[in-house]
Amino acid sequence: MGYMLEIQNVHKTFNKGTINEKVALDGVSLNLNPGDFVTIIGGNGAGKSTTLNAIAGVWPIDDGKIIIDGVDITRLPEHKRAKYLGRVFQDPMTGTAATMSIDENMAIAARRGDRRGLGWGITKKEREKYVEMVKELNLGLETRLTSKVGLLSGGQRQAVTLLMAALKQPKLLLLDEHTAALDPKTAAKVLRISDMIISENHLTAMMVTHNMKDAIAHGNRLIMMHEGKIIYDVSGEEKKSLKVADLLKKFEEASGGEFANDRMMLA
Amino acid sequence: MIMSYLTSLDPMALVRALPGNVAQGLIWGIMALGVYITYRILDFADLTVDGSLATGGAVAVMLIRGGMHPALSLIFAFIAGMIAGLITGILHTALGIPGILASILTQISLYSVNLAILGKSNQSIGIAQENLVASIRYVTADDRIFFFLKLIVICLVIVAVVYWLFGTELGSAIRATGCNQQMARAQGINTNFMKVVALMVSNGLVGLCGGMYSQYQGSADVNAGRGAIVIGLAAVIISEVIFGKVCAGKKYTFAYTLAAVFVGAILYYVAYTLVLWLKMPSDYMKLFSAVVVAVFLAVPYLKDKYAVSRKGAK
Repeated sequence: MGYMLEIQNVHKTFNKGTINEKVALDGVSLNLNPGDFVTIIGGNGAGKSTTLNAIAGVWPIDDGKIIIDGVDITRLPEHKRAKYLGRVFQDPMTGTAATMSIDENMAIAARRGDRRGLGWGITKKEREKYVEMVKELNLGLETRLTSKVGLLSGGQRQAVTLLMAALKQPKLLLLDEHTAALDPKTAAKVLRISDMIISENHLTAMMVTHNMKDAIAHGNRLIMMHEGKIIYDVSGEEKKSLKVADLLKKFEEASGGEFANDRMMLA
Repeated sequence: MIMSYLTSLDPMALVRALPGNVAQGLIWGIMALGVYITYRILDFADLTVDGSLATGGAVAVMLIRGGMHPALSLIFAFIAGMIAGLITGILHTALGIPGILASILTQISLYSVNLAILGKSNQSIGIAQENLVASIRYVTADDRIFFFLKLIVICLVIVAVVYWLFGTELGSAIRATGCNQQMARAQGINTNFMKVVALMVSNGLVGLCGGMYSQYQGSADVNAGRGAIVIGLAAVIISEVIFGKVCAGKKYTFAYTLAAVFVGAILYYVAYTLVLWLKMPSDYMKLFSAVVVAVFLAVPYLKDKYAVSRKGAK
């Protein structure tokens, strides 16, 4: 079986030729097997989110290739790649349309990659299906399906976004620090839901996080990025036996000891 | 002096003006619905309407003068409006011009286009013209009840079509685009395409309104659309401020909201007439329109602010 995701030597520099020039991705290569769940850690500006955005096509990359399940998507615009991807963002406001109801949001996600014509935007049958799906979240949302998403809490919105991301069975799920804006208790809940959705749907997933413990506890593979490069890639048994201290050491080696004021959390 | 001013006011004149206000409100409501689509649903301040309204009128009048049935001419007025929306859409999405500027460019260029269509700044339809969809004549005719019924039915059909459109997959995608473009793109929605579609539908309605209004007045004028956006906004905002709470939480909230836009337009014309009746010089009416919009936009904002500061004081 081929790779689900192939990233080949991707480069991206922002504000090229200006005083703010910033090399964000400096030759990133990565292959994911179907079913891989990779956690990505690294300091600020290491290129974690940039990698996810490059895959999602938020902007064109300067050089390199991105292939999903054998399809070269390097040149596809963002909305055309969407059919291969499920995405959850750091800001809970980003993943959903606040002025639309929960079920309308889900109906939009259910048509990801399809032509949107003059058929009904949502059907009665769909509504019933969404009630069942929302019930599994255990957040009490099943009675609020026609409420506007803008009325939900951040954690509830992230949970709905996760459901939406998985609705159309994406080839790859991109979680971009999707628990960073939540309080610790809610973050833990959303992480549990993420695990549940990934394993139930057998998804290939990438999760960016600042939390080393989470990065170790979740997924079957872990990569560390620094200054636009992947500097550490570990999987299987070796990953399972990792400790936060090991990661810290790796990180200090890479960054030459300047660890002090980074957002990376130890807890 | 105040007494002589008060006695010079004739209450019956207000009552007599009411049917005309309702007719005008219903016709302009079509345009306001177009403004609702861009301003509220798409979140796009589209100033194209000042041009496309006159374009719709010019197209309808010239076609009627050429012998076309007035009802059929409205279809072409609608199409002309859609083309105007398409231009703004292309300027904005394909050429990357900021939305408001793109719409101003279209609006300005339409002034020349409208002059070209009309051949001069004003063209009228003959007094004897029959089969007009709307006419100021009908307002005072004996069978005017049928005219008003016809107008109301036309408006309800338009509300139904717009309601249906925004319930479809396409319409939902437009709503998502207007609400959160990042989310829309992540869900595979071509946001540029949706913006163009919404601008076309919106300006189509504006063109249709222009066509109807020119029939109502019996003439088309290149300046017909000047300040139209303000009237459309006034109707939308008045309807929201007055009916926002009434419409909320119902099963067909969106349909009520759309219908309320027409009531908002009628109320605007009633207020307009009231101000004229109070002997405000007609030269100041554009100023009046702008003040109405400014006040109705400011009230909800100030109310929120006041509520927050009061909460803080507790």
